Amino acid sequence: MTKSSAAVYSGLKRAKIDFVTSVPCVNLKELLSLLESDHDITCIPATREEEGIGLCAGAYLGGKRPAILMQNSGLGNSINALASLDFLYRIPLLMIISHRGVEGENIVAQVPMGQLTEPLLNTLGIRWLRPGAPEEAKWAMAEAWNLARSEGRPVAVLLDISFWRGA
Amino acid sequence: MMKRIEAIDAVTSTARDALIVCNLGFPCRELYSVMDRPGNFYMLGSMGLASSIGLGLALARPDRKVISLDGDGAVLMNLGTLATIASFAPDNYLLVILDNGAYCSTGCQPTATSRSTDLAEMARGAGIREVRAASNPEELAEAIMGKGVVVAKVEAGNAEVPVIDLSPEQIRDRFMKSLAVPG
Repeated sequence: MTKSSAAVYSGLKRAKIDFVTSVPCVNLKELLSLLESDHDITCIPATREEEGIGLCAGAYLGGKRPAILMQNSGLGNSINALASLDFLYRIPLLMIISHRGVEGENIVAQVPMGQLTEPLLNTLGIRWLRPGAPEEAKWAMAEAWNLARSEGRPVAVLLDISFWRGA
Repeated sequence: MMKRIEAIDAVTSTARDALIVCNLGFPCRELYSVMDRPGNFYMLGSMGLASSIGLGLALARPDRKVISLDGDGAVLMNLGTLATIASFAPDNYLLVILDNGAYCSTGCQPTATSRSTDLAEMARGAGIREVRAASNPEELAEAIMGKGVVVAKVEAGNAEVPVIDLSPEQIRDRFMKSLAVPG
C-alpha cells in the first residue's frame, strides 16, 4: 500500500464519507480496493461520471455524505449534471479527481483534458484543493467536504501524477 | 393507449408512501398537478439522471420505497443506468419508464423506441431480473408493487398543466425535511 492511497483513504474516513461512486483510473486502483473492503461505505461503480453525479445527488438527498472518484477526463462528462443538478439545487459533493495529462504523463491523449482541468473548474466556480503530499491529503478531504457542505456546492480535490508518485 | 398523466395518476394513487424522482419537463408538471407532495423530487435539469438519482436515494434509504418516473428519451441518454441498476438491484427501487416514443417536452420529435428499440429487452439484457410491461392503469398499478423496471407504453403528447410553482431549493428542502435529513 502506498502512502498516497492510504492518506486519501484516511482523509475520506476523517471526512466521514459514507457513499462513493467511481469511474476508475489506474492511480485510484489501491484506493478503490480499500473503499470496496470498507463495509461502512456504500461503493457504487458508475458507467459514466455523469451517472455518478446523479447517484451521489440521490444519496445526499437521502442523508449520505457522497464522494465521486474519477479521472479528470470525466470532468467533461459531468458538466451539465454539475450545473443543472448540483448547482441548481445546492447539492454538495466531494470530487476526488486523479489529474492526468500533467507533468509526468506518458499518454498523449491525456494532455488536452489535463490542461483544461483547472480552467474548467475555475469557469464552473468549483473550488479545488491540490494536496502536494500524503500528509496534506489526510486533511484535504475533510476541508473540501466541509466547504462543499457549507456552500451547498461540489468541491474538488485534484491529485496529480507527482502526488501518486510521492510514495 | 393510456395517456401519460393517467399512468402518473396510477403510480401516485397506488404507491402513496413512495419517494418519487421525476424526469424533467412535462412529466414533472403532470405529476405536480396530479399529486404534489414533499416526497416528490421534481427534476428541472440534468436530463437522463432521474434513474440515477432514484437509485442513489434507494441505496441511501433502504427503509423507503423509491420510484423513478422516467421517459424513453431520458433513459436512452443514460443507458448505463440499466447496468448499474442490475448490479445492485435494491428491493426498494423501481424504475418506471413512461415510453411515448418521443421527446414531448421539445415538440414530440421521435425517439428510437418509436422505431425498433425495445427498452424492456435492453433492461433484460442489462441483467435486470424483474422487467414488466404495462399498457393500462390497472396493469401499471399492479406492477408498481414490484421492483426492477416497468415499461409503460403511453400516448405521445402532454396534458395542459401549469408550471411548477416551487424553487429548486424549496423542492430540495421539503423533500429532505420529509425524510428527516438535516439540509
